[in-house]
Amino acid sequence: MPKRRVIPGFGLTLGFTISYLSLIILIPLAALFIKAAGLSWSEWIEILGSRRVIAAAELTFGASFAAAIISTLFGLLVTWVLVRYRFPGRRLLDAMVDLPFALPTAVAGITLTTIYAPNGWIGEFLGHWGIRSSYSPLGVVIALTFIGFPFVVRTLQPVMDELGKEIEEAAATLGANRWIIFYRVILPLLLPALTTGFTLAFARAIGEYGSVIFISGNLPMKTEILPLLIVSQLEQLKYSAAAVIASSMLIISFLLLFLINLLQHQLNWQKH
Amino acid sequence: MKGNSVTSESHAVRFILITCTMCFLALFLFLPLAAVFAEALRKGWELFFASLHEEVALSAIKLTLITAAISVIANTIFGVSASWLITKFSFRGRSLLLTLIDLPFAVSPIIAGLVWIFLFGSKGWFGPWLTEHQIQIIFALPGIIIATLFVTFPFVARELIPLMESQSNDQEEAAITLGASGWQVFLRVTLPNIKWGLLYGILLCNARAMGEFGAVSVVSGHIRGKTNTLPLHIEVLYNEYQFSAAFACATLLALLALVTLGLKSLVEGIQKSETKDRNPLH
Repeated sequence: MPKRRVIPGFGLTLGFTISYLSLIILIPLAALFIKAAGLSWSEWIEILGSRRVIAAAELTFGASFAAAIISTLFGLLVTWVLVRYRFPGRRLLDAMVDLPFALPTAVAGITLTTIYAPNGWIGEFLGHWGIRSSYSPLGVVIALTFIGFPFVVRTLQPVMDELGKEIEEAAATLGANRWIIFYRVILPLLLPALTTGFTLAFARAIGEYGSVIFISGNLPMKTEILPLLIVSQLEQLKYSAAAVIASSMLIISFLLLFLINLLQHQLNWQKH
Repeated sequence: MKGNSVTSESHAVRFILITCTMCFLALFLFLPLAAVFAEALRKGWELFFASLHEEVALSAIKLTLITAAISVIANTIFGVSASWLITKFSFRGRSLLLTLIDLPFAVSPIIAGLVWIFLFGSKGWFGPWLTEHQIQIIFALPGIIIATLFVTFPFVARELIPLMESQSNDQEEAAITLGASGWQVFLRVTLPNIKWGLLYGILLCNARAMGEFGAVSVVSGHIRGKTNTLPLHIEVLYNEYQFSAAFACATLLALLALVTLGLKSLVEGIQKSETKDRNPLH
């Protein structure tokens, strides 16, 4: 028996929400998938198997993975310091962590490029050691780390906030030292949030465009990322190739999103 | 509890960890931010203001403002509607709907622009019909707006849903029992409870709408003074080696980001103190 609804507006909000969702998100995405589905398997394999696409995919996934790992490590450090310690400037740092969310990607892109260019503030410094930071895969990793680490901090922070000191005290009473407590007690509790943060940073990095294209230099086969390859296919009016590459990227992103949801379900299930 | 050596680190370890954090954030946050302003002012204030007063720059700013205004209004209406639906009623497909609302976060901005080409581009589903009726969507303002709508779609809903879920429906139900209409309940009961979360969602939505680059660059066609939003105008200037002018325009967007962050902290502070007032037990 469905409960009688006291609060009005079910029909109105359902109708509007579903129509708007369909118009803005679902129908456009369907148009892309239908375009890609109109191609035969051999065409798919030909497009995805081309050396330029494989090189771009390797760079995109490799750099995104590296950046997500760096983001996770530094994200853990930054969150730990922000949650556990009190020091002057802490609130400012806490607020500033969101800067990469709020700063438009094109601005981040040209700024990072300027800093890491051979004559830039950091690029010149790195150049003395023969490290080329802009117009190289390293530049891509730098930009993606900038974009990714706030995801880790913001996922981890609420979990670390709620972590009581009781377990740590119990472990200490049983003779564990600080490092063992962190490694054996705290880290396992943070692991689900760390994994979610990692996945969010990774998923975002795969699709990132604006902050990367300036610093990467965009050399085909060398420093060209998948989203840029889609744009260049589009400019050459190769709509089918653009649709196939985009659909493949989307399927991978959706699998990642699905994985996060699964993880969070498991986490909630463990809590109850 | 202060200085409990069992559950905290030694002073030396603390010092090292705090220093590492400061260095990392200085390198990754403060240095880029400082660089935007330093580069913009490298050739002096005169050129800085001249770059902002240029006709193409002004038209880019105008286009950005129009796009953001429309996107924010449309996505705010959607956000309120979706969160009312999801938090006030239980129905089949509710969790699927939640996942679908999050979907745009998993879509690359480039793809968010690309999908519209397959609908409204000259070779798209409605392409021939649009050409026949001389309606231009791609490489024109409507295309820029719909691409921005796609990218900023989840922001308001994402802020409101968890907030409204944490509040019970008792007040709304009481108001209905006392004879209030649905709109009265929303305006007089719900809205005051969610106003800060709503404002926060609108701020984030607006920041993203004004700064969106990838999705808009696919559908805009980069026509100077016509279809270049501020981020696209910055790209054009940068690629033409007009670095000071590019960074001068970038300062506007960097300031927008800083104002957004400032207001966000402010709203969070107000929200925290209000929840404290309402629930003295917490």
